[in-house]
Amino acid sequence: MLRNIIVLLKIVPKPEEVVFNPETKTVDRSKARNEINEADKNALELALKLKEKYGGKVITLSMGPPIWDKYIRLGVAMGADDAILVSDRALAGSDTLPTSLTLATAIKKIGDYDIILCGEESSDGGTGQVPPGIGGWLDIPHVTYVSDIVEISQDGWATVKRTIKGGHELVKIKLPFIAAVELGSNKPRFPDFRRKRWAEREFQLKIWSLQDLGLEPDKVGFKGSKTIVSELEEVKPAERRKEVLSGDLDELARKLYEILKENI
Amino acid sequence: MEDIWVFIEQDDGELEGSSLEVLSKARELGEKYGYMVSGVLFGSDVKKLVEEAGRYGADRIIYVDDENLRIYNAEVYAKAMVELARRYNPNTILFSATRNGRDLAGRVAIPFNSGLLAHVISLDFDEEGRLTGRVPGFGGSIAAIVKCIDSRPQLATVTPGVFEAKTFDRECKYVEEKLEVDLTPDKYLVISREKSPVKDISKSEKVVVAGQGTGGELDIVYELAKLLNADVGVTRPLADRGLAPRDIQIGSTGVNLKSKLVIVLGASGAPHFVSGIKDCDLVISINKDADAPIKEHSDYFVVADIFKVVPKLLELLRGGGDA
Repeated sequence: MLRNIIVLLKIVPKPEEVVFNPETKTVDRSKARNEINEADKNALELALKLKEKYGGKVITLSMGPPIWDKYIRLGVAMGADDAILVSDRALAGSDTLPTSLTLATAIKKIGDYDIILCGEESSDGGTGQVPPGIGGWLDIPHVTYVSDIVEISQDGWATVKRTIKGGHELVKIKLPFIAAVELGSNKPRFPDFRRKRWAEREFQLKIWSLQDLGLEPDKVGFKGSKTIVSELEEVKPAERRKEVLSGDLDELARKLYEILKENI
Repeated sequence: MEDIWVFIEQDDGELEGSSLEVLSKARELGEKYGYMVSGVLFGSDVKKLVEEAGRYGADRIIYVDDENLRIYNAEVYAKAMVELARRYNPNTILFSATRNGRDLAGRVAIPFNSGLLAHVISLDFDEEGRLTGRVPGFGGSIAAIVKCIDSRPQLATVTPGVFEAKTFDRECKYVEEKLEVDLTPDKYLVISREKSPVKDISKSEKVVVAGQGTGGELDIVYELAKLLNADVGVTRPLADRGLAPRDIQIGSTGVNLKSKLVIVLGASGAPHFVSGIKDCDLVISINKDADAPIKEHSDYFVVADIFKVVPKLLELLRGGGDA
């Protein structure tokens, strides 16, 4: 039987609902609806499938503000056995270095793990740097762009399918390891109604502070980061003619043909 | 002398073109600030590769030739890069933001406690010598100017296709390094691979993109592309369904197009997709839904069923339009 399968969940605003204020040069996420990062849902789905096949306990781990609570419960509703949120004001402003350190420290505290899964990247930051970083802090192997875990053998090795340029490769990797799961690599399940109700009403989310992790505040947040954001800017969409063509199909085809002829 | 390193990616003897773009950009920064520029290449039997890479602006290529480095291996490459960087202490290491480049940079950052800028679309040093880049986020709609602080080496991955690979007529030295660390993989073994040649469509002049509205029926898409002498791209949902390789997926998690012409068939216009066509000259889209957001990102927005209008267009293209 597998030991713990830990899945990292990040809560992100829906990208199309994030508003940029060009005057204050800040991002307003407050009006955007939040959701579990899509690729992290793929990671959770993969974890649940592994549990069905090899046993083990699926635990989700997140790092963010307390308001993430209700979104994290959706992971429990999908089938996670437990969920932990690392939340502390001192974590604000963490770049990928302290983020991966904090998550690695929490993973050590959970302990007894065989596999750590996360999405290949988050839709808001999208750096993809956290999974190899956690591997580095924990001194365990990491593998990225994983579309499936094909097999876990008795001798403590897993075979994973990794996307490469022009195809894929099979990688044999020693447990414990961390894998970054490719966005869209599977279809995350819908929670069943009764479990969802239980997760929303009765499940007790564990919240850990920095002190619980034994991490010094100057190792995380702005102080622990090795990058700073000096400015934000809006990337303006390209100017387009937006000419609408509709009507008779033959005429449309003819018009398209003419536009193409002019432009090629 | 301060040194800018560029990781030159290769796979089984094939150079990754986007690494050479980064190398040429490093040359430009090297000239501007008086830094040395070094390409770093790992592989097996790499003599030819090293000489080829040397033409793109490096003062020297530092290389390690070992059978264990023939193809990318996360464990072995990280060991090799960390040891080399400890030996030379470069100011900066740049990686192309390919899958392998991102994988390696994320791991190498940890032992050095380094700042790492993700998939930048511009790159410079500020007045204090801090590596500075523009990092797109939120599906490409917002960019942040990000700097490395108190880091050595300073690290960045660079979005492919942003800079141009240029050859330079200058002398390049070739330095072979032997490593102390054992490069035999211990916990990460690549046991098999399946790959076919893919065309890099980031530089294609004409691209026909298939979206969800095609329902995955790509025959007319390929037919149209063929008649226009264009390449084919897809939106993410089609790649998710395995109908096309990720290498031709357009948008913020895939390829950014710079084409003269792009024809978008049945894609609604999700933000992560439209960021991939914003640098194209002419965008024609066809969609059944008159309110599809793709309209805002099109020069010509044709409201029609693609399965009805495209066959008629194909006829015209085949018949030379005299019908």
